Amino acid sequence: MAETPESGRKGYKPSQSDAGVPASEVEAWFVCEVLPLEAALMHFLQSSYRKKNEISDLRQDVYAQVIEAAQKQIPDRVKPFLFTIARHLLINRIRRDRVVSIESVADLDDLGIAVDAPGPDRTVIARDELRRLRAAIDKLPPRCRETIVLGRIEGLTGREIAERMGITESTVSHYVANGMRALADLLYGAPVDIGDCI
Amino acid sequence: MNGIAHQVENKCGAEEIDARAAQWLARRHFYKWSEEDQIALDAWLAESRNHAAAYWRLKAAWERTERLAALRPPILSQSALVTRKRTWVVVAGVVTVCIWVAAFGIAAFPLFATAKQTYATAIGGRTTITLADGSQVELNTNTIIHTELTAHQRTVEVEKGEAYFQIVHDSKRPFIVMASNHRIVDLGTKFLVRDSQNRLEVVLVEGRARLETADRWDQKHSAVLTGGDVAFATADSMSISKKSADVVTNELAWRQGILVFKHITLGDAAVEFNRYNSTQLVVTPDIASLKIDGTFATGSVGPFARMAEFALGLHVQDENGQIVISR
Repeated sequence: MAETPESGRKGYKPSQSDAGVPASEVEAWFVCEVLPLEAALMHFLQSSYRKKNEISDLRQDVYAQVIEAAQKQIPDRVKPFLFTIARHLLINRIRRDRVVSIESVADLDDLGIAVDAPGPDRTVIARDELRRLRAAIDKLPPRCRETIVLGRIEGLTGREIAERMGITESTVSHYVANGMRALADLLYGAPVDIGDCI
Repeated sequence: MNGIAHQVENKCGAEEIDARAAQWLARRHFYKWSEEDQIALDAWLAESRNHAAAYWRLKAAWERTERLAALRPPILSQSALVTRKRTWVVVAGVVTVCIWVAAFGIAAFPLFATAKQTYATAIGGRTTITLADGSQVELNTNTIIHTELTAHQRTVEVEKGEAYFQIVHDSKRPFIVMASNHRIVDLGTKFLVRDSQNRLEVVLVEGRARLETADRWDQKHSAVLTGGDVAFATADSMSISKKSADVVTNELAWRQGILVFKHITLGDAAVEFNRYNSTQLVVTPDIASLKIDGTFATGSVGPFARMAEFALGLHVQDENGQIVISR
């Protein structure tokens, strides 16, 4: 109980099987079904919660709970499921903050209805993919981008990138790790500050 | 109350968890990755679902960029320019040397910089060449390659046939294999190149290499291959799939003078044998799709035909230096 305080939420039926869903399946589901909703989720969280610096914490908590539930059983309808969890966590945070504004409650209800709307057309997503990837790479700070390009396109190792760019391997690691984070934010549609990559 | 306590526990962690997940991912992709590393990562992922969420998310985004590598969009040439600038310094140096050599006469040039060689095998032949840099190239039947080693680049052109490369990696002196209008750039590798009927096959056995179309201006098709990857490329397409160690071993069985057939058609088996023997096998179309298994010496056309005769109940006949298998 203490470990899963949010169990019993709507849209999730506990599974009878003790075996659980294999990690690879949960991961695939998470990547294919949940991550594409990140832009919508972030929009929801940002428009509902005032503490902007806690949004990424909140997002990660939402994902952690989504994964926890999916490990028992993959839910049928992803969007309502995801947003139900998001709403629960939001309400908990707002309660904890003890600043329950009328607006935020109203927002939550409004968005709760919108949750059943269909997501963007899949063909549109596919067509946009390359453009998004290009734009994401383009937005990386130059040094960061160079490490990512050398690693991804030229296929160099960390050591080779360090040699080629005349920087230390730990600097390469730093750039690459930051680049990976920025790419995830850019690709999944969340507004981010990537200035600290350099 | 419980719920709140739970979130407070995770609260301040998201940034650090994300950073840690990125470190794992970077290490896994850019540095040596051992079994212990994998165990440590698995343990870290199992520790908390926040860890899994962060890691899976970054990994998924990173894997999406793989398509970018395969497609090579123009924006990348910008970044390529950055590296090319550095190469220019080297190129400029080489050019200076070349002009200096030219002043002493063209005859001196081959002695100085390049060693161009052509190697070939006859039908049924097989040979191993050790290049001056220590890299080894094993030629299969009916193969011609041209090698050229310079101070700044090593190039092998596969004119026809099949060759297995075991390359001594030197990041300052790339090893490039040209075949069927494609370029394979070694990144520390053992790989097989086979050129047959306008189709190039590359089997990456160990390490990494980049496969790309040779035309600089058409870099639509480019991909980094890693161990177990089998790529097929034609003038306008490229497909890559991961194969098991067994399949890869079978692809290389010719190095021991063996052909390993696993569920291949009689027609394809005949094509394989015909690469190695002047006595050609002919399989009539009505039986060409029969599936067979077996291991044969590359030169054993006779035993193969006899197996077809007895095991499959087919008719085998010698006709003017051809062995015709029919029903």
